[in-house]
Amino acid sequence: MTALRYAVSDTLVLARRSFLRIPRQPDLLVGYTVQPVMFVLLFVYVLGGAIQTPGFDYVDFLIPGIIVQSMAFGGFVTALGLSEDLKKGLIDRFRSLPMSRAAVLTGRTLADVGTNVMQLVVMLAVGLAVGFRFSTGVPEVVAGIALLLLIGYAFSWVFAFIGLVASSPEAANAYGFTIIFPLTFVSSAFVPVDSMPGWLQPIAEHNPITTMVDATRALFLGTPAGNDVWLAVLWSLGFVVVFGVHSTWRYRRAVTR
Amino acid sequence: MRAVAGDLAIETEGLRKSYGDVVALRDVNLEVEAGIVLGLLGPNGAGKTTAVRVLTTLLLPDAGSARVDGLDVVRDAARLRARIGLAGQYAAVDENLTGHENLEMFGRLYHLGGRVARDRARELLADFDLADAGNRLVRTYSGGMRRRLDLAGALVARPPVLFMDEPTTGLDLRSRLALWDAIQALVSKGTTVLLTTQYLDEADYLADRIAVIDHGQLIAEGTPDALKGQVGGDRLEIRLEDPSRCEQALTMLRPLAGGSASLDDGVLGLPPRSRRGAIADAVRRLDEAGVGIDDIAVRRPTLDDVFLRLTGHAAEEEPEELAE
Repeated sequence: MTALRYAVSDTLVLARRSFLRIPRQPDLLVGYTVQPVMFVLLFVYVLGGAIQTPGFDYVDFLIPGIIVQSMAFGGFVTALGLSEDLKKGLIDRFRSLPMSRAAVLTGRTLADVGTNVMQLVVMLAVGLAVGFRFSTGVPEVVAGIALLLLIGYAFSWVFAFIGLVASSPEAANAYGFTIIFPLTFVSSAFVPVDSMPGWLQPIAEHNPITTMVDATRALFLGTPAGNDVWLAVLWSLGFVVVFGVHSTWRYRRAVTR
Repeated sequence: MRAVAGDLAIETEGLRKSYGDVVALRDVNLEVEAGIVLGLLGPNGAGKTTAVRVLTTLLLPDAGSARVDGLDVVRDAARLRARIGLAGQYAAVDENLTGHENLEMFGRLYHLGGRVARDRARELLADFDLADAGNRLVRTYSGGMRRRLDLAGALVARPPVLFMDEPTTGLDLRSRLALWDAIQALVSKGTTVLLTTQYLDEADYLADRIAVIDHGQLIAEGTPDALKGQVGGDRLEIRLEDPSRCEQALTMLRPLAGGSASLDDGVLGLPPRSRRGAIADAVRRLDEAGVGIDDIAVRRPTLDDVFLRLTGHAAEEEPEELAE
């Protein structure tokens, strides 16, 4: 019982640490706010006219996809931060303290949920400003928002693992982009899967990002959901479990480089 | 707080650790009495950092055992962590927090509770001359300030045993001296300190006992004076204006010598029978014989000599780097 109480309080102490950094690193704030806004505007006004999305206004099609993408990238700062902590010897200090052995990771991923909320608010506001409209009721929209935050949390654990295995913050950055970028683009996030070359379509269809985007569209726009919502939840929980276990194992034996 | 003399704060038995083919520690047996400073001295890659990592529960040993403050570093690791402090070569503090926020965070992670953690942070900032900088972000701190904050972080829970891995590497002289003062103040309150260093003068100045480690092996252990004694006492060293007259000079000086003389790189060396008056006596004798002196001095052995004698190489030399 004490162990659990300490695990929770240690997590909160370290989540607070992550939050305190945000206003002090203005480049982080730019990443959380300006960048997603820029992406929405570029897609809607530059690419949108050239992309055919039968049955949808492009802005309605785009917003769920682009929010899933930004949730998937939301944990990037966890990879960079962990990698930096390893390099600077802070992980050694944490590991020498009588604190919970998972708190460094649970603290960071929890802080990511906070910043993801921030991103989500900004993107929905911009989306509404450029013409996006929900076509479902309040319960569906709330469920969609909860799903998006769960997706963001799942990817935070992927990034935690990347941060612990990368040899430097630069490498973590490179890994993150090479993995997450293709994953989000070869999906239904920005263009309909039907418009891709035949050989790419099965890959896009089985991509968990496609499932997550389709689930979000179902909850925001009322498109047929099929099993997408449940599958998206399962994918996310699967990511949390698999990468959570591996990251914690990796953290315990982390060696400062 | 002061421990009873004779209690062991650190003891290791047959401690071994390898990284692949590279042996970082081979059968290290070490005993450190409570309340003293042990200087663990060795060149880069000798195994110092590996030893500290094993003793602070960061690394599991391959074989052997180690106890710190009576607790086994493997079996009792979780309990031990509450009783040790670690200050490293990195200044492991968060640059985007203030000094106060860093110490408060460490205090909370030691589970001191919010109020106590904040009070302790203020106290430590004052102790380490950082009170004025306490509310500034650490990224604005100088190197010396960061190391002091790092040391303060290691002391948050008032650990009875403190490990410092090359605490002054890369610091300027003034910051080094300030840190030395801080370490001495701690020891005077009864903390046991294990300090690794490549600097012989640092070990000489701070340590009550010194253990010399090279290629993962403990090759000597003792007080600084005892170790210096191993390489012999004072030496009278004379550089002649005309090195070809060495033989003649030696004959003149023989009555002064308490042991065999040496000739090394044009410098005549011999152990004087007595330190007092040795120089005046030597100068008089050589002057009478008309042998000109370029330079003359009585030199006390330093830890450099000990080190050279024990390891066969100087301390600043860097042999093959071990994966540490």
